[in-house]
Amino acid sequence: MASDTSGQRLFIGMGTCGIATGAEGVLAAVHEGFDKLKIEVPIVKTGCIGMCSQEVLLDVETPGRARVTYRQVQPEMVEDILQKHVVGGQPLAELAIGQIIGEGESAYEGIPGYQDLPVFKKQKRIVLRRCGFIDPDLIEDYFETEGYKGVEKAIKTMSPEQVREVVKESGLRGRGGGGFPAGLKWEFCANAYGDQKYLICNADEGDPGAFMDRSILEGDPHAVLEGMIIAGYAIGASYGYIYCRAEYPLAIKRLKTAIALAEERGYLGDNILGSDFSFRLRIKEGAGAFVCGEETALMASIEGRRGMPRSRPPFPAVKGLWGKPSNINNVETYACVPPIILHGAKNYAEVGTEGTKGTKVFALTGKIINTGLIEVAAGTTLKEIIHEIGGGIEEGRAFKAAQLGGPSGGCLPSYLAETAIDYDSLIQAGAMMGSGGVVVMDETDCMVDVARYFLNFTAAESCGKCVPCRLGTKIMLGILERITEGKGTPEDMENLKDLGQQIKSASLCGLGQTAPNPVLSTLRYFEDEYDAHINEGTCPAKVCTALITYHITDNCTGCTLCAKKCPVTAISGERKQLHTIDQELCTKCNMCFEVCPFNAIEKE
Amino acid sequence: MSKAAAQKIPDEPIDLQPVYKILERLAGEKGMLIPVLQEVQDAYGYVPEEAANAVAEGMGIYKSQVYGVLTFYTQFHLSPRGRHIIRACAGTACHVKGGKQVILRMENELGVGHGGTTEDLIFSFEEVACIGACGLAPVIMIDDKAYGNLDPNKAESVLKKFRKQAIAQIEAEEGSGGKNDGGENASGE
Repeated sequence: MASDTSGQRLFIGMGTCGIATGAEGVLAAVHEGFDKLKIEVPIVKTGCIGMCSQEVLLDVETPGRARVTYRQVQPEMVEDILQKHVVGGQPLAELAIGQIIGEGESAYEGIPGYQDLPVFKKQKRIVLRRCGFIDPDLIEDYFETEGYKGVEKAIKTMSPEQVREVVKESGLRGRGGGGFPAGLKWEFCANAYGDQKYLICNADEGDPGAFMDRSILEGDPHAVLEGMIIAGYAIGASYGYIYCRAEYPLAIKRLKTAIALAEERGYLGDNILGSDFSFRLRIKEGAGAFVCGEETALMASIEGRRGMPRSRPPFPAVKGLWGKPSNINNVETYACVPPIILHGAKNYAEVGTEGTKGTKVFALTGKIINTGLIEVAAGTTLKEIIHEIGGGIEEGRAFKAAQLGGPSGGCLPSYLAETAIDYDSLIQAGAMMGSGGVVVMDETDCMVDVARYFLNFTAAESCGKCVPCRLGTKIMLGILERITEGKGTPEDMENLKDLGQQIKSASLCGLGQTAPNPVLSTLRYFEDEYDAHINEGTCPAKVCTALITYHITDNCTGCTLCAKKCPVTAISGERKQLHTIDQELCTKCNMCFEVCPFNAIEKE
Repeated sequence: MSKAAAQKIPDEPIDLQPVYKILERLAGEKGMLIPVLQEVQDAYGYVPEEAANAVAEGMGIYKSQVYGVLTFYTQFHLSPRGRHIIRACAGTACHVKGGKQVILRMENELGVGHGGTTEDLIFSFEEVACIGACGLAPVIMIDDKAYGNLDPNKAESVLKKFRKQAIAQIEAEEGSGGKNDGGENASGE
């Protein structure tokens, strides 16, 4: 039928995760396919749509028809898709994950609409609404989706006070973890005395297990710029910095492009939109220090010093970067601002709970089927996130706990899955919204090991300025290491609790004040596991190597693979005979377990 | 934060021209110490002692300030590094999905641990807190490219394949007579 390809477009997910799964190979295959079929269709390289487990994603858009998304695309599948769908007009339903049905567009049969996909059904996308849909390097794509309309409305029709009022009224709280009301923070800075004010965007997303800021910067960089321009106008800042991790090269590249384009179009620079408001932006690359996510440490780092926090007050709103009044928010917070200005505070505040308005983006990872990035209304329960949006636990195992908020957060057990996710109820439950990492764990994860993992991280990242954090985290880590090695003593649990409380109350900055949370929350909800390690000498999840032994079962076919691979030659046996492990020699490196093709290695 | 064991530092004196050029371009503004050092590292692949001293002198600050910054941030390296940097993710998601086993296998294959550089100067290996590709855990990055959904066996084959290519590339460069001074490939754009 339709062999006319005009008006069609292809979309390829080229965020970090898409590229890691082979998006470049798919792109090359698309070009090859074009040559072969003698067609040429524009290709849009989008950021991440959030379905990391389904990458590489390839979409085909035909005028008047729904846009179809193909999942887990391999280069060898591309020609077929081009031939049948792009040229022939007939999508391959069995390879598609869903279709996006726009207004007045007709849907294809046999492919579910996005709105019916369990992954999308419960999501409410405000911040992520463009991620995966537009080409982040094209400012025109941004314009088409209400882009820079927020700035225009703010500068042309509102006073800075009015902008601050709207943001205050919306109830927007800082999405970096602390949850401080953004409008109030802006007001403090606006009211502070100073000839020069600075605006800073914290894109030093250091929490292991969180990547929402990276995805926003890669998928919709102009939204962050627009939020910052509005904030700059609201507080009277003429200069802004984006402090971004050097580990995010693609995000930095996209930001640079976006800033250049915004300058070209007059949204950055002198006399923006003909007003007397001027605003310039600059990117500062971080140099690898987790503590620089703390605002005073971040400012020290921008100034070119060691990134160490200082005590507050004075708060940055009064005395910040270079001693001038400064306002810091994170990426997601700024990205929330344009729709608030454009559609009003009420519209935004309709979503969410009493104390937490709007939506929150979460990075869903760990032992879950649909890993990726999701955005839900505040107040959605953990259960909905894990079992409905996340598709449940891998390999049908049982959900045991979710770790929320990274090294500052805590573990919630499965029986608290009905907890509504907002700032206040999470704090009550001993966890924290943090930046929004949700690491899902099942019965094969040891909670003592998880606590040890986080303390290992914070102890290494402590900047060393204050004693409770520098020494306290080290001592806690030492205790946890002993426990995982089977050398725990009965008083260890009490000591951990005591020490944890002291570090929380005496540390200088947020890093130390929250570092004990992973330990305290696992002690609160999984005391029995600590007990098993200390008093019974066992690791129920079979993770802590000192407390397990490896054995070979009757499944062994005598293929000799494990014996060949064992780095300490602890495995012996004749070909085609049952092998055995010499427990004296075994270093429990797990190699045999990994290489055995017959599941014949057992941990006890 | 153990830096790599003392590497053999080249005997010939280091050409400081690149440092002077970087200083000329950047040092005028305030707060530029970290960007200057980042560019110096890009130019040499690491920050040589002479270069660090030249930065202190050029910016009119104490050497101790420069060293304070160099040793605070994990990004900076004071000894030569491999042509290719392998970053193994030790983030939470990677940890619960067996990242530790991947790291152990990589260390085993490379014969170096965190912060180490292989003897042939092809690879430097480091564990990093989070690459931000948690949906694909466990993940490693070689230079700027991420490899996801690994297990120890897959990681080993990724490494072997990459090493082969890297060696072929070096041989091609040497064969063509084009002398590439080290460091150029140490950091990608």
